[in-house]
This record gives sequence, C-alpha cells and structure tokens, in this order.
Amino acid sequence: MMVVYWFWSHENAGSVMMFCGMLLCFLPGSYYYFWSRRMKPRSEDDPHATQASGAGVVGTFPGTSIWPFTLGMGAFFVVLALVFGIWLLVPGLGLVFWALIGGTAEGRRGGHH
Amino acid sequence: MTDVLDPPAVAEHHEEHHEDHGPTGILKWLTSTDHKVIGMSYTVTSVVMLIIGGSFAELIRAQLSTPNNSLVSLAQYNELFTMHGSVMIYLFMGPFAFGALANIIVPIQIGAPDMAFPRLNALSYWLYLTGSITMLSGFFVAGGAANFGWVAYAPLSNSVNTPGAGADLWIGGLLLTGFSAIFTGVNLTATIFYLRAPGMTMFRMPIFTWNLLITAILILLAFPVLTAGLIMLYCDRHFGTHIFSVAGGGVPVLWQNIFWFWGHPEVYILALPVFGMVTEIIAVFSRKPVFGYKGMIFATITIGALSLGVWAHHMFTTGTVLLPFFSIMSLLIAVPTGIKMFNWIGTMWRGEVWFSTAMLMALGFLFTFLVGGITGIYLASPPLDFFTHDTYFVVAHFHSVVMALLMGAMGALYYWGPKITGYLLNEKIGKAQFWFLFLGTQVFTFPMYILGLWGMPRRVGIYPNHPGWQDLNDVATVGAIMIGISTALFLINIMYSWKKYPAGDNPWDGHTLEWFTTSPPPHHNFYRLPQIRSERPTWDYNHPGHSAAAHGHAAEALIEKEPVQP
Repeated sequence: MMVVYWFWSHENAGSVMMFCGMLLCFLPGSYYYFWSRRMKPRSEDDPHATQASGAGVVGTFPGTSIWPFTLGMGAFFVVLALVFGIWLLVPGLGLVFWALIGGTAEGRRGGHH
Repeated sequence: MTDVLDPPAVAEHHEEHHEDHGPTGILKWLTSTDHKVIGMSYTVTSVVMLIIGGSFAELIRAQLSTPNNSLVSLAQYNELFTMHGSVMIYLFMGPFAFGALANIIVPIQIGAPDMAFPRLNALSYWLYLTGSITMLSGFFVAGGAANFGWVAYAPLSNSVNTPGAGADLWIGGLLLTGFSAIFTGVNLTATIFYLRAPGMTMFRMPIFTWNLLITAILILLAFPVLTAGLIMLYCDRHFGTHIFSVAGGGVPVLWQNIFWFWGHPEVYILALPVFGMVTEIIAVFSRKPVFGYKGMIFATITIGALSLGVWAHHMFTTGTVLLPFFSIMSLLIAVPTGIKMFNWIGTMWRGEVWFSTAMLMALGFLFTFLVGGITGIYLASPPLDFFTHDTYFVVAHFHSVVMALLMGAMGALYYWGPKITGYLLNEKIGKAQFWFLFLGTQVFTFPMYILGLWGMPRRVGIYPNHPGWQDLNDVATVGAIMIGISTALFLINIMYSWKKYPAGDNPWDGHTLEWFTTSPPPHHNFYRLPQIRSERPTWDYNHPGHSAAAHGHAAEALIEKEPVQP
C-alpha cells in the first residue's frame, strides 16, 4: 500500500506516516514472534486441551494499589503545567516519581492483598 | 499479591478464597486494579460524558431552531460545537468502546482472571478521567473552551487565531486520554494473546474479543500519531516553531494529514467494538451461532488494514491529495463492511429471533449504520464530495454512523448490564427508549441530508432565511429532543429497575464464557470453566445434543452414531 502510494502520489507526509506505521507494526510483532518461538506449545492454543491441562499458576496479579492513581494525578499536574505555569511541574513530577518508586517497590515487595 | 490458580484449582479451594478483600468505599475505587471495577468506572464516566456532550447537542439544536437566534453568542456556539464533537468522540464513544465494556467483558470471554497488566489498566482510567476534567475545565477559564472545531485545523488553532488557555487545556486533555488509550491497547493485546483459557484457541474467541484485538492494534498504530501531532501543535503555539504555519515555512495542511492519519482509524476504533457487541447480541437473540464466523474475522482485519490508507478522503477539497487512490481505498472498505452486513442478516436468517431491547437496539444499529454507510459511499467519490463537503450532508452522514454506534452501545448495556450488576433493566422502558432513540435519529438526520444538498454550511450558528431551511432545521431539532428523551428514559430505567429484577447467571441463554460464571462475576471471574470446543462453550455445555449440528458438523455427528457399513 505504502509503495503504491509513494510512487503514485510522491507525497511526503503520508508516505512517511505509512512507513512509520509499518515500523510500529514490526515493534510488537517481532516481540511476539520472538516469544512465540521460545515458548513451549501452550494449552490455550491446543484445540483438544482440557481445563486440567492448564493447571498451575496463570500469573501474579496485584490485589489493590494506590500507585496508578498517584501516577495519574502526577500526569494531570504535568499537563496542567503546560497550560497554567511551569511551577505545577513541581507537584506533578513529584507525584510521578513518588508513584514510580512506590509502584516499583510494591512490585518487589509483593504488594497488598 | 494474589497468586491466581488455574480455574479448576480455584474451584476446589473457593471456600477459602475470599470475595471481598481489600478496602471498601472510595478507597476501593481509588486503589482497585480489578478489571471489573475499572470497567465500571469507565462505563459510568463515559455515560456522564454522553450526557454532557448530549446537552451541548441540545443547545446547538435549540440555537438552530430559528435562523437568527440569539440563544447563545456566535463565540459560544463555536465552543459548543467544538466541545460537543470533542466530548462525544474523545471522551464518550472511544473510552466506552475500548475502555468500558471491553475492560469488563474481554477477560471474562476468554476465561482470564484479569487484564494482563492490572495496574496499567488502573492508570489508563485515571488518565482518562483527568484528561476529561482537563478538557472540560476549558469552560471555566478566561476566553472559554476550545473553539476551533473538534479537528483543530491549522492555522485556526495557532496562538494568534485561538489564544487562551481553553485551547491548551483541549490539547492537554487529549494528550492524557491519548496515553490512556495507548495503554489500554497494550493491555488488551497482551491479555488476548497470553491469558486465554485452555482450549480457547484464536479461532474460538468470541467475535467481540476478536474485534477488540483488532481495535487494540489500530489504537497502537494510530494514537501515537495524534500524540505527536498534538505536541507539534503545542510547540507551534508556545515555542515559536512553525511546523503548521506558512509564515515560518511550515505547511498547514500537514496538520490535516497527521490528524486524519489518526482520525480515520479512530472511526474504526469506535466502530469495531460496537460491531462486536452487535454480533454477540444478534447471535444470542437469534439462538444461532454467528453466520460466517471466520468471514467476520477476516472482514474485521481487512477493515482495520484498509482504515490506515484512507485518511485523506477527509481532505479531498484541499487539492493536495491523490484523489483516485483515496477514493478507491475508501470504496474498498464497503466490501468487508458489506460482508459483515450479510453475515448479521445470515445470523438472523431462520433463527428464533427474540425481540428484546438489546436485539431491537442491534437492529436499529443495522438500519442506521446502513444509511450512514451508503451515504459514506457517496462521499468517497470526489465529485460528490466537492459538492457536499462542509455542508450538513457530511454532518448527517457522520451522525447516522455514530448514532448507529450509540444504539449498538445501548444494546450492549442492556445485554451485558445484567452480567455486570446482577440485575436486569426494565424491558418496557427499554423498548420505549429504543423507539425514541431510533425514530429520533432518523427524524434528526434526514432533514440534515436535505439541508446539506441544498447547501447549508456546517458549523454556523445563524443561517439565511431561505424557504424551507427553518422547517427542516426544526424537524431536526424535534429529532434531537426525541434522542434527549431516550437518554432520559435510560437514566429513569436505571433508577426504576435498581436491584429489582435479579438476572441469574445466564438470562439470555448466552453463548460465550461470561454467561458461565456468576452475575456479577467473582473476584478473578471463575470458579470453574467448561471444556472449550467451539466459539460458544457455554451454549455447548447447556445444550449437549445441539452443538454438533449447530456448528455445521451434522454429517460427522451422524457418522459417529451410525458408522457407514462397507
């Protein structure tokens, strides 16, 4: 599509965006390809799998966490700083870093139940 | 952290598995990472946005009820139509489509305990909420809210033509909701690829989940472009760059290219989830499997791929775009969409159709979307587009499409609401809501098609008193009032039916996994799961004799019963 478009239109913006869009596809695509090659066949892809065949720990999920809210409020203040004045970056970035540290520590500790 | 065991293991231990752990009340809302709580927050917030955006629409229609009305000033009118479009697209339909029901239903449909990244999911919601507040707070600053249209075309949106904080708040709000959407896209993709239950292969996933997967990929491709464009716009406004201004050697139409490179996939980011909702509703209420299941999926993939190559059909009249390329690509989208239309009809064909509110909403979607789709084919043709561009014809086409999506979304709320809350909504009020919404939409859009062909320009607060113009505008206003009544009926229905009609686990005899668990589902969704052998495991479990014939394997089933003698 991109090649046709470029040779037909000779227009820069659209061709560049299509090319970058293609690269954007490759980014997660190659990541998934990499993992799908390293993974063993999984029971969710087996058409004859029984529920018991998936037995085991599916994943680890945090119970509750305040840090997404803190991070969201930090981002809110950072954006408001773009509009109302640079001083709002102080609480904004403060909250963002606090949330990043808190969230990371929570992940390492094992989090709340 | 809670280690999530596989569903059978949870079934063995579920007495020890506490339902209500963690904080309650407001702290629960602030700290929850449960996809159902987050999805519910998304649902409530987006319906509030629907009401806010809808009240802007009612004000717009009230202003247009007479040619030289002075209900609002022209400056206020600009703010109104800008914020109506912005709220409806960015803050209601998008988050409703890929944030609200997707969040609640997708993990349950594939038998997952939660989204892949629960904390990122919570962050998505907080960015959406703060983005909404940021954008709407423009009304409370000097100079008012953004007033350059929801598309913010350069050079109208630069700091000379639109000074003031309202426009910056609009940009900031979009940055926040844009990141929210991207994170949701990441989350949905990872969840669908990695958290399916055993036996839930890709081609056994419900159509709704499939559509959300394609939507998530489109989000990942389209939203970064918008974010980049917004940063450029902000730099133009504040840091003296001239990316979009001719004075400094920039190109204003570049903004249109960037905006619509996001904007047209965005149309399908709004639409594909609703296609999925409607597919589920039609199949369940016709008591048949989806007709052409794989065709449906390939149609969705094709729509997603084509949507990335049609952005400039919004720019035909700029004179800077390759007309035949974009015309052909736009017309091609009618093919997969047509496949979907026939599949929906094929699903109903010779089924036992049950005209519940959800089904009526889905049928209303089919009709209204067909009107919007066919007028879209007109607009994909450059000569016709030159004639109707920037008239009410485009407004009418667009509103046929998005009102169809609203009907599908309402149908989904009636269909999945009982699963989420445990209680049904009143069907009588629901049907009244449907008729007001459906008829109101047609009464609202058809005069606008005619006005557009007569040449009434869009985005005007006053219009010349040509013969017939006021009459048609008044009819459109009556339609808008009917739509307003339908929304009021929805709220009345929620209040009237509050905890009145217990739904049970499977009120509609559903097909997919969400109808296998309790209503509302427990923490981490399932105590047990059925064997998954087709795209409708719950139906197979409840109707053991039926499944082989219903999935087109009748011949095999017969052979198994009576082996052919040589």
